[in-house]
Amino acid sequence: MSIPVTKHDYITQSEANMEKKAFDIANNKDLNYKATELRLGLPGSQSPEREAAVVKIPVAGAKRGFLDTINGGSGKWVFAKNGGSEVDLVNNGGNKSSGCVKEGVGLVSPKPSLVEKKTHVSVKSNGQTSVPVPKQQVVGWPPIRSFRKNTMAISNTKNEENGDPKVGSGCLYVKVSMDGAPYLRKVDLEIYSSYLDLSSALEKMFSCFTIGQYGSHEVRTREGLSETRLMDLLHGSEYVLTYEDKDGDWMLVGDVPWDMFIASCKRLRIMKSSDAIGLAPLAREKSRNCTEPNNE
Amino acid sequence: MFPEEVLEHVFSFLTSHTDRNSVSLVCKTWYEMERWCRKRVFIGNCYAVNPKVIIKRFPEVKGVELKGKPHFADFNLVPEGWGGFVWPWVVEFAKGYPWLEEIRLKRMVVSDECLEIVAKSFSKFRVLVLESCDGFSTDGLASIASHCRNLRVLDLRECEVEELSGHWLSHFPDSFTSLEVLNIACLGSEVSFSALERLVARSPKLKTLRLNRTVPLEKLSTLLQRAPQLIDFGTGSYSAEIRSDVYSSLKDAFSSCKNLKSLSGFWDVTPAYLPVVHSVCSQLTSLNLSYASTQSPELTKIRLVVLDCIEDTGLNTVSMTCKDLRELVVFPSEPFVGDAEVQLTEQGLVSVSQGCSKLQSVLYFCRQMSNSALISISKNRPNLTCFRLCIIEPTVPDYLTLEPLDVGFGSIVENCKQLTRLSMSGLLTDRVFEYIGTHAKNLDMLSIAFAGDSDLGLHHVLSGCDSLRKLEIRDCPFGDKALLANASKLEKMRSLWMSSCLVSFGACKLLGQKMPGLNVEVIDERENLNSLPEYAPVE
Repeated sequence: MSIPVTKHDYITQSEANMEKKAFDIANNKDLNYKATELRLGLPGSQSPEREAAVVKIPVAGAKRGFLDTINGGSGKWVFAKNGGSEVDLVNNGGNKSSGCVKEGVGLVSPKPSLVEKKTHVSVKSNGQTSVPVPKQQVVGWPPIRSFRKNTMAISNTKNEENGDPKVGSGCLYVKVSMDGAPYLRKVDLEIYSSYLDLSSALEKMFSCFTIGQYGSHEVRTREGLSETRLMDLLHGSEYVLTYEDKDGDWMLVGDVPWDMFIASCKRLRIMKSSDAIGLAPLAREKSRNCTEPNNE
Repeated sequence: MFPEEVLEHVFSFLTSHTDRNSVSLVCKTWYEMERWCRKRVFIGNCYAVNPKVIIKRFPEVKGVELKGKPHFADFNLVPEGWGGFVWPWVVEFAKGYPWLEEIRLKRMVVSDECLEIVAKSFSKFRVLVLESCDGFSTDGLASIASHCRNLRVLDLRECEVEELSGHWLSHFPDSFTSLEVLNIACLGSEVSFSALERLVARSPKLKTLRLNRTVPLEKLSTLLQRAPQLIDFGTGSYSAEIRSDVYSSLKDAFSSCKNLKSLSGFWDVTPAYLPVVHSVCSQLTSLNLSYASTQSPELTKIRLVVLDCIEDTGLNTVSMTCKDLRELVVFPSEPFVGDAEVQLTEQGLVSVSQGCSKLQSVLYFCRQMSNSALISISKNRPNLTCFRLCIIEPTVPDYLTLEPLDVGFGSIVENCKQLTRLSMSGLLTDRVFEYIGTHAKNLDMLSIAFAGDSDLGLHHVLSGCDSLRKLEIRDCPFGDKALLANASKLEKMRSLWMSSCLVSFGACKLLGQKMPGLNVEVIDERENLNSLPEYAPVE
């Protein structure tokens, strides 16, 4: 064929005329932080709280938390009801924790991609139908597009409001943006069960930016991110977590019961306290009490 | 040798990209001739070629179609920010194709700046189709509305749009009357209804109108009355208090749409309003009820998209009444629940395969399957061209015999000789791949998940499937050996996606080195590059 094909070796090598943003992202170690909405955990292992403790501080260039969740895994994964057989995948002899695979070494343990999901409802028993139990989720399976998943989630929520008890359809992706951060993230609200869960997850996702904003090295060297770190930041009034509800209004996160929140939240925004004036009395309060300088 | 004019005339009848590509390979003269008269170019993988090259080769192009992210991006397997940016293309097109009329994009990231450039650079711009795209907001749409005086098609298919305001529609000037297709079904927020109504009223050529969820049922008749010429209509929310005046005006509005062939939408259905649609049902060829949790399928159509709430009994009805059915899609209403209450099993699909002799394409989500059912389906419908089966629980065996589903899928590929697309699920060993490699000679696209035992499986597919161009694999124990052994095959394909398999980083590097015609890309979210997913697009 006479059409020359550009050769790429790695994701970091992009064509010169690629959008600058993409290039920066690709070159940035921020690749590390992509798709952390995927909660990794083998069944029966860490709960999300515990996971938070396991994840290391995201220093630029550090290994991802993924490794930590893989550590101790056997390379197998089991599904809730698997008809009796397990998918047995090659275990590379516990080399996972050391990380680097040298060239030429053949087999690598696959990334377990289970998402541990919290059950909200009672389990079926005696053949009587109570509310169905959501089983453990595998990322990207069954293969249904987010558009459809979100749509069904909205429909199911409506049914809930009509007194029809239904478990959430399994996922509800909303975008999360942070003032000053270069790109958005998406989170699945269905996998969290409380504001604490959500905030610790968000903190992990965006901590690189808040650290940058803070400019504090203490934070970098700490071994484990405190679960309340973002809460601290939020309460420390640098930023507030807000959400856009079904009616298009921006509200402060935390004012309504959790279930009501996930039913009405369309997107999240971590905004600077100074911008949150007028949002809610609480927010105004926060920004007034703010002792940190908000402007760079 | 034919004179150029004759050749050009002959080529003008060639519209398929494959044909045009073949023609350009015949000889240098034909290559030259063809390139000067190609009006539409299709680039299945935006990273396969540089836009400048396309512009240089095909100077007279009027329409471009581009695809970006791999298919599995639909299921969140591709990290955010991976790529698929249309920006570099749009920038080059603005310079090289000032008379560009049509842009069709799938799975690409489109920014507002891109849309603004499109709106301002192409005075003859007519068609914008964005499928599964994201990265833009209603501001971008406002640019298009303001500047594209000759726009005919604005088709947003399942895009993620940042919705800053519903007033972008008002940016279409009052003098704008050329609209033929408007699909805004994916927008979650309200658009200005009065602007929408005025737009519909002054668009006599409007053939397709797909509304979004926020357009209430009560307002549908207003819109339909202004557009009785519609061929394709997507309702908004189909739920309202039951009122006889609303009911009757809706009924009248629908019955005045004599050309209606396709219906969709039906978000949040109030069943009492469904009969309104019955008057048009006999003329429908396509019905999409996949967002309606009540299903009533006594309707003749060619393409039916439903939820599993239709159940086996509903599908049985379909098999008896929809004799012209060509395509069946059944989505799960509760995909993340272990045991669903809906009675939808393999039986539904078997009935449809028996009763609908024209059935060619199937996408079916269910919770159980058996080899015998698959064998029946394959024998009933040897004319299948697309068979996508998703058994919701991974690696589930034949529920009757507890054996793998190898024989069943083997039967599908053996009997359905025209099969071009296959997606498999359930418990599958290397054997199924042997069947596929042996029989699936026309297979163009194959999707595999949680299947196989060893490299042999992948080897069978790569070495046996002569027509294979797109292969996507996740969570299978396929590794370096099969990949490297079949490296030359990869050059003939458009793309290969492997994630959570056993491919090592070293093998990827080797592949990249040995096959300069391949783009080998490793996406690894860990710093140490244990190679897991790999995306090797090929042209």
